[in-house]
Amino acid sequence: MNDIQLPAIDYAALLPMLIVFGAACVGILVEAFAPRGWRFVIQVSLTIGGLVAGLVAIIVNRDLEITTIGGAVTVDGPGLFLQGAIIILGIVSLGLIAERRLERGGPFVAEAAHAANSDGDKRQEREPGATEVFPLTLFAIAGMMLFCVSGDLLTMFVALEVFSLPLYLLCGLARRRRLISQEAALKYFLLGAFASAFFLYGVALLYGYAGTVSLTGIREGVLQSEQSGILLAAGLALLAIGLLFKAAAVPFHVWTPDVYQGAPTPVTALMAACTKAAAFGGLLRVFNVAFETTAWDWQPVLATVAILTMVVGSILAVAQTDIKRLLAYSSVANAGYLLVGVVSLNGAVGSSLFYLIAYGFSVLGAFAMVTLVRDSEGEATHLSRWAGLGKGSPLFSALFTFLMLGFAGIPLTSGFTSKFALFSSAWDSDQSVLVIVGVLSSVVLAFPYLKVVVLLWLNPPGEETPTVSVPSMLTRAVIFAGVAVTFVLGVAPSFLLDIVADAGPFLAK
Amino acid sequence: MTPDYYLILAAVLFTIGAVGVLVRRNAIVVFMCVELMLNAANLTLVTFARINGSLDGQIMAFFVMVVAAAEVVIGLAIIMSIFRSRRSASVDDANLLKY
Repeated sequence: MNDIQLPAIDYAALLPMLIVFGAACVGILVEAFAPRGWRFVIQVSLTIGGLVAGLVAIIVNRDLEITTIGGAVTVDGPGLFLQGAIIILGIVSLGLIAERRLERGGPFVAEAAHAANSDGDKRQEREPGATEVFPLTLFAIAGMMLFCVSGDLLTMFVALEVFSLPLYLLCGLARRRRLISQEAALKYFLLGAFASAFFLYGVALLYGYAGTVSLTGIREGVLQSEQSGILLAAGLALLAIGLLFKAAAVPFHVWTPDVYQGAPTPVTALMAACTKAAAFGGLLRVFNVAFETTAWDWQPVLATVAILTMVVGSILAVAQTDIKRLLAYSSVANAGYLLVGVVSLNGAVGSSLFYLIAYGFSVLGAFAMVTLVRDSEGEATHLSRWAGLGKGSPLFSALFTFLMLGFAGIPLTSGFTSKFALFSSAWDSDQSVLVIVGVLSSVVLAFPYLKVVVLLWLNPPGEETPTVSVPSMLTRAVIFAGVAVTFVLGVAPSFLLDIVADAGPFLAK
Repeated sequence: MTPDYYLILAAVLFTIGAVGVLVRRNAIVVFMCVELMLNAANLTLVTFARINGSLDGQIMAFFVMVVAAAEVVIGLAIIMSIFRSRRSASVDDANLLKY
């Protein structure tokens, strides 16, 4: 047995993550020491400052390709792109988290320790929301960044927990409908912990098979290991369960609609955009680096999962009556399209990255608009309440219609260009069956989106049509960013396609 | 004594944990079953470290313990808050979100 040596550390490569983790730790100190009245301003500027500084560090690092801290972190083109995407989507979703005009005190509860509907809970109704959400968001984003560049499975497990644990908490912090919010947190937590236990047991079996948990080590171990192939197959299957759970693939998707509906809408937006990017970043890296050489064994299984995800997601989306659940099932179906990119391996890495950005911005814009439709009870998310909103709020309805058409994949929106890029690269990688199922399921999926559009414009308003609230600049900026990116990537996608092409393949040495 | 027995023991523990998560109704017990699964993975890691003759697996077990401890903090906080609101920690009672 060897002694333990301190590995060489390249701090420049780790700088983006160190900045965001550092800002999160400072945020905890601000909670402890800053006076209550000042915390909100300090936290918002600290969070945005930390994320922007992290983004700058990523841009400075853009040509870096290095494996550091003893193989724990692999910084490469796709990894840096994913980190940048997560930070940018995180900054945008921060606009929703920091919004305080739509609801007195913001979307988060002041003191989560008060039991729901107790006397203390009623007293705190008018108090400003907790500012702990900002460091929690930063920890989640930093964990996602680490997840996308982890070079071994242990780092990946730690990063998975680092970004999941804050999300579990954030889900339970809604100001309104606290019982539903807590229930969402409980469900997400129990199922998430269950899935990460599978992930970890898979890591343990792969360690037994290859003698190492580094992704490149497993890649080589596959070719020369003397252990039984059952260890490899079982390890890979359990590992994939953990990853597919986070990516919300069928049959590991059951948590998605409940958690998306119960969580505060800004957190739902963060999960739909950033967690999706992180989960697929991890999936792409694991399958492209560690298991590319065994692709023949797992591709049929993952292709089946992709088909199930696309079909079940799009069909169940049709039956939904709540806009947040509808968007949740649409996110399941979109996970299926992204899985087509994972199955296609190296040929589709670039278009998967493009898809993550395009989908992330559209979904952020859509959830930002969901936060605006309100009545005295808070957000009115039931679709029947949305009937006839086009009469009173034409601008809102027009923008929402545009985003829905974007999701449906109408030309001149990012939904079309991203699906086209993904499916054409999958076609080139000989995944024609998957592409055909994908196109058919996106036709089915267009129906619920168009149903919402018809509901907005053509249906007569109900007796108690909720109002569309006027938000502050923050939510306006989020909606603007969502709509603008959906349009720009639909009309002129080439600059982003160039960037993802420059990012190149995952570093597999 | 061959280390294979430890692998079998770990697999049995993992299965007990997984079945427990699926059949038990109390959130605390469900959570304990998840911890059982994590510790089964730890036992597997340590056994394979012994078989492979490297320290990596043992070090990984320490990482997992720290992560599991952090998970306990978050999990108990969530279960506590839902228990105080509902006076029940049963996962069957938390049924507002469906369809």
